[in-house]
Amino acid sequence: MKEEMQRVGEVTEAATTGFTAQCYQLYELPPLGSLVKTKEGETQIYAVVGNASTAGIEPGRRPIARGRDTENEESLYQDNPQLEKLLKGEFFALVVGHKENSGINHHLPPRPARIHGFVYLCPDEEVKEFSQSFGFLNMLLNTTLPVPRDELIAACLRRMSKVQDDESAFLVAAGKQLAGLLGGDYNQLKAILERIKP
Amino acid sequence: MTQDEKRLGIIVAGSLNKGVEVRLDGCVSVEDMVVGRYVTIKGQKRRFFGMIGDVSLGVTDPRLTLTPPDVSDPFISDVLAGTSTYGQLQVMPYLTIGGDAASLVEGPQPVKTIPSHYATVNLAQDSDIELVFGKEDGERFFIGNPLDMETKLCINLPELVKRSNGIFGKSGTGKTFLTRMLLIGMLQKSKAVNLVFDMHNEYGWQGTSEKGGKVKALKQLFPSKVAVFTLDEESSKQRRVSTDFIVKIGYDEIEAEDISLLRQTLNLTDQAVEAVYSLRRRFGRDWLLRTAELSDSEETKEVLTQLNIHESTFQNLKRGLNTIKRLPFMQPHVEVQAVDKIIGNLSMGINVVLEFGRYKDSTAYILVANLLSRRIYDRYRDRTEKAMAEDSTPPTPLVITIEEAHKFLNPEVAQQTIFGIIAREMRKYNVTLLVIDQRPSGIDEEVMSQLGTKITCLLDNERDRDSVLAGTPGKGELKSVLAKLAARQQALIFGHAVPMPVAFQPREYGSAESYKSLMENATSSEEQAQNDIEELWD
Repeated sequence: MKEEMQRVGEVTEAATTGFTAQCYQLYELPPLGSLVKTKEGETQIYAVVGNASTAGIEPGRRPIARGRDTENEESLYQDNPQLEKLLKGEFFALVVGHKENSGINHHLPPRPARIHGFVYLCPDEEVKEFSQSFGFLNMLLNTTLPVPRDELIAACLRRMSKVQDDESAFLVAAGKQLAGLLGGDYNQLKAILERIKP
Repeated sequence: MTQDEKRLGIIVAGSLNKGVEVRLDGCVSVEDMVVGRYVTIKGQKRRFFGMIGDVSLGVTDPRLTLTPPDVSDPFISDVLAGTSTYGQLQVMPYLTIGGDAASLVEGPQPVKTIPSHYATVNLAQDSDIELVFGKEDGERFFIGNPLDMETKLCINLPELVKRSNGIFGKSGTGKTFLTRMLLIGMLQKSKAVNLVFDMHNEYGWQGTSEKGGKVKALKQLFPSKVAVFTLDEESSKQRRVSTDFIVKIGYDEIEAEDISLLRQTLNLTDQAVEAVYSLRRRFGRDWLLRTAELSDSEETKEVLTQLNIHESTFQNLKRGLNTIKRLPFMQPHVEVQAVDKIIGNLSMGINVVLEFGRYKDSTAYILVANLLSRRIYDRYRDRTEKAMAEDSTPPTPLVITIEEAHKFLNPEVAQQTIFGIIAREMRKYNVTLLVIDQRPSGIDEEVMSQLGTKITCLLDNERDRDSVLAGTPGKGELKSVLAKLAARQQALIFGHAVPMPVAFQPREYGSAESYKSLMENATSSEEQAQNDIEELWD
């Protein structure tokens, strides 16, 4: 399989504004702020990875420490092969747009993602296409997540800038957009700018 | 619309009275904006022409000023420029032109409204300036370039001379150069004749520039169109000026009104001035000579008692009259009156420059300028009235240039001097003034308000600036433009002859090329006339 169609998981919970997906492999979570996509019928839903977690599969049963007599972490997992099945990696992705026949829209899709929909990491070309304009920043700014907004936005922009032809021009343009959106909140603007400066 | 139009920003607020506020785009540096520059505003239905009146800085959040960001980082400063921190312009719209064909023919009109929100603002192009001020032609004279622009700024001289005008500026700012140039322009294109009371001998023959070099003046450039008269033959000879006439004034030419004007300079009392009128009635034309000759005899006392003049008043008056008598150009009687000579020249379309030579004191200047102007004005009035009655052509319009105008036009004497009357009654009799002064605040308000077009160089004094701009729309903006003019070779023109105020750099004067271009102008307008005639017959 080509790198650009990397599948990272499957939707386990979906809402209009975001979805939770579980990873197939433990510890193969997509990075914070990366752009992922899933399909709902003909609609391609784009989302930004906003929060990820790894925990036991049963909510009431917490993992216990096991490595007292083990030399290193790797051998711990080798000695306890069941761990891979008892733990799960999950991430929450915030919906930031969708693609229909007409092209990419930076607003919410008409319907949420489907459960068990496959979630892919967007290839570079698609990230570039998606970040032609900055309409999605507003959705990121208006969300409440366990992760601070400035961290999420900064991570997202940093990742997106890597695939651009002119990285710094992209960041300056994004910064200007943010300055407009955060006209009355200089402190938050400053926090984000400090996190994205090249 | 041209491709190279430079966008500055958009309109964000404003009012017709106070002007519109322009928010600069991030890529436009506030440092490139200067007050006095022209901008065009593209509204939805019409275009506007305006002038930058103020430049300011703004922030979206006051915290930006309290805890400034780290601008040493180019990224941060790039992001903030034009977004959170931005430049603002205050623009005063002056003219507008509609988009339809009819308004294009009509040309720019004064504004009665303002452009809508977010109308784009561009720097004015050469073509815009040309649209507003017109091209150099038979009537329009190229006076200089608008600040920071290459375009030729032209003013319509026949329109200019229809009213009295003023040139102001503190000393050393280029008033004289500007005047000299304007006189040349009028000589070529206005169809008016000039009479210049040249207090400092700068307009007739050669003058000096600030750098110490010599510059040519009217007579050298246009010998056939200019006559130089002098009051001081010796000084003219020393300066090797070829003069056309030596002006002498007869005692019998002086009237009571002339003395009343000199009240301040001669230090006369009110009673002394009153006495002059009585003496004039008693002695007739020769009153001055006969009064001065009155000795301390019983006879004199009798005369004074009859006329009800007190002894001390008489002495006061006598001292004053003696000062006049001592002026070297005064003579008991003059055969050829200077007035006739001047009028003769003026009627032939020859401009007259009257040099004062060494007699630069106020007494001589006020006396002569007033005396001559009054008689010339009287003749003009008679001729104009006659022309109106007979339906014939009125006399050639006359422009009288006076320096140190506050001496004639200060509130105390403006009511009495002929210049006050000319300034007020203006063009009715085809006589207008070109007032040159460095203290416009000293000039009577009423006279100032009657000046059609004002050209002003830098003025330091707040009161002077106020008095020059009194009553002008957009005074606040113009005041800041005026205050920021360079100390030399920059001027602001506004009023009747220009569709909107403009700060400009006067065209070069003094080099060989400048003379050549001025002369070329003269020939080209003649050529043009010739071409026009030929076209008529084709």
